[in-house]
Amino acid sequence: MTVCAFPIKPDEEAMPLAFSPTTVPVVVDEAKCIADKGCTVCVEVCPLDVLRISDLTGKAYMKFDECWYCMPCEKDCPTGAVTVNIPYLLR
Amino acid sequence: MDNFVEGLSEVTCDVLVIGGGTAGPMAALKAKQKNPALNVVLLEKANVKRSGSICMGMDGLNNAVVPGYATPEQYTKEITIANAGIVDQAPVFKYASRCYDIIQELDRFGIRFQKNANGDFDLKKVHHLGTYVLPMPNGDTVKKALYRQIKRERILVSNRFMATRLVTAKDGKIAGAIAVNTRTAEFLVLRAKTVILCMGAAGRLGLPHSGYLFGTYENPTNSGDGYAMAYHAGAALANLECYQINPLIKDYNGPACAYVAGPFGAYTANSEGKRFIESDYWSGQMMQEFYNELQSGKGPVFLKLNHLHADTVGEIEEILHKVERPSRGRFHQARGTDYREKMIEMHISEIGFCSGHSASGVFVDEFARTTVPGLYAAGDMASVPHNYMLGAFTNGAVAGEHAAEVALEIDLPDFDSEFVKAERKRVLAPTRREDGIPPNQLEYKTRRLINDYLQPPKVTARMQIGQARLAEIRDDLETALVAGDAHELMRSLEVSSILDCADMAAHASLFRMESRWGLYHNRVDYPKKDDDNWFCHTLLRKVDGRLVSEKRPIQPYIVPIENEERTAYDRLRVSNQA
Repeated sequence: MTVCAFPIKPDEEAMPLAFSPTTVPVVVDEAKCIADKGCTVCVEVCPLDVLRISDLTGKAYMKFDECWYCMPCEKDCPTGAVTVNIPYLLR
Repeated sequence: MDNFVEGLSEVTCDVLVIGGGTAGPMAALKAKQKNPALNVVLLEKANVKRSGSICMGMDGLNNAVVPGYATPEQYTKEITIANAGIVDQAPVFKYASRCYDIIQELDRFGIRFQKNANGDFDLKKVHHLGTYVLPMPNGDTVKKALYRQIKRERILVSNRFMATRLVTAKDGKIAGAIAVNTRTAEFLVLRAKTVILCMGAAGRLGLPHSGYLFGTYENPTNSGDGYAMAYHAGAALANLECYQINPLIKDYNGPACAYVAGPFGAYTANSEGKRFIESDYWSGQMMQEFYNELQSGKGPVFLKLNHLHADTVGEIEEILHKVERPSRGRFHQARGTDYREKMIEMHISEIGFCSGHSASGVFVDEFARTTVPGLYAAGDMASVPHNYMLGAFTNGAVAGEHAAEVALEIDLPDFDSEFVKAERKRVLAPTRREDGIPPNQLEYKTRRLINDYLQPPKVTARMQIGQARLAEIRDDLETALVAGDAHELMRSLEVSSILDCADMAAHASLFRMESRWGLYHNRVDYPKKDDDNWFCHTLLRKVDGRLVSEKRPIQPYIVPIENEERTAYDRLRVSNQA
């Protein structure tokens, strides 16, 4: 796993940002996910708005680790592709 | 998605409802039914289909006043006592008188409530004195049923727009709100004759023990935006020092669910498996006993079901693991915990503001009116104490009907375009910086400090240090907060609400120089309840840009309380057996 930093500014005032890796609670079975056919149900129902459709794969994924593990995404998914796990910190 | 888009549109309506969780849809519905010609807009930060604290449903009503089981007088009395007397009874009595109609209406919507063999509602006793708990066997259908009604009445729904500030006219009346799209950062200016705030609790105030920012008891979308907006619009907020703190499963954000499990024979126990509280109904006094036991040699505290028959436990699991918090079963499963075998460790939640469970909310009267003309509030964020879900529905209905009537009588108030310009600048500031502090770090630090300095037991010097540290964070928020996309901008705005609420929590807690409501306002350096000086509400508002608190007398009781009854909730600890 790589950790990338951006943007790095040379001046003293700069406060460079890092991306820290995190294991996310919502997992999507890409074989079952039909987001590439236009489905966006899980993205639409998430109260925290943390799911997105990947430009790369055309499938849904958890973009932001900001989960209430409340489960509308799993419940409303028409193909049963979404699984909500308990976030690691709570497990 | 999430990339910034420049944009500003304007919408005009008669009634603007902000928040599409529980109270909001009902308020919009009732406003529209009152007068179908009205233009009613329902604005929601998430998606009305699955938004708010009941996004997955609810397993029961905690405060149903059903003929044959309880009277409005009895309920008003119970809540007055449970809330240590600091209650304007008129809104509580109105709720109690109206909620049975709402239950029947919800039943017609398809949200069925538990009935006995005779077809009558089947209530359970959980409270200290009366019987008010009504199970909801198909409680997972609540949001769907509400959404159907919203569609049927052709309410205009605007999802994924986060309101940032209310706008008032020159004469002080409400004039509308400003909102920003959570995925594009485009602005929406909503001009309205009346505005109803239904934006939930301030549930993202304290940091959960797990350290996971979003592992809060309340839906973390309820970040106190409504409290902050009401404050900045000059509305009074009542009794904010009466925090919400709830008993929860340790590490999991689900309630211990004495309401569900209690009627089956489950109870809250200490490590010896013994009962230590008489009533599992959530009150500050109960939470103090819970806290005492937690800290004692007999701690920690547990939910005890392992004395019940396996079938009974199965029945309880069926409700607890499927309806309100369906990931709960998964949580226990991962740890190999079985309710049949051993007691479940419990703990107390992070602090928050919420009238739904305690009494900290935007001040409202019996018509859900705030102190700003034309501005209403309902649900967890409005000051009707111990209001719960049915209170949100009922007072949402009250607000919707009254706002619809007022909207008919007035013209669209004037709207200050300079204010809109300034607000756009404020909101977008974190997007104009190239680097700085991201919202998640700023939020973590704010909430960690809230835990360190503001949660009870409350100590004056500690809270004052907290105020100074929070002021430092405010500087960071105003000069260094950076949002890389529209999603982070939403989080940045939420941090701003959280910080506003933290300041209000500290200010209100320092103002009330006594202890009251058990743990909720346990002020160690003022340990006694002081009725001579503090039998009153406290109102907090923004005056000349600063927090100002004042006392407000309690309105004369409609339902008298006997001296003997007044202290009923002070005697919750199980007395020692001889």
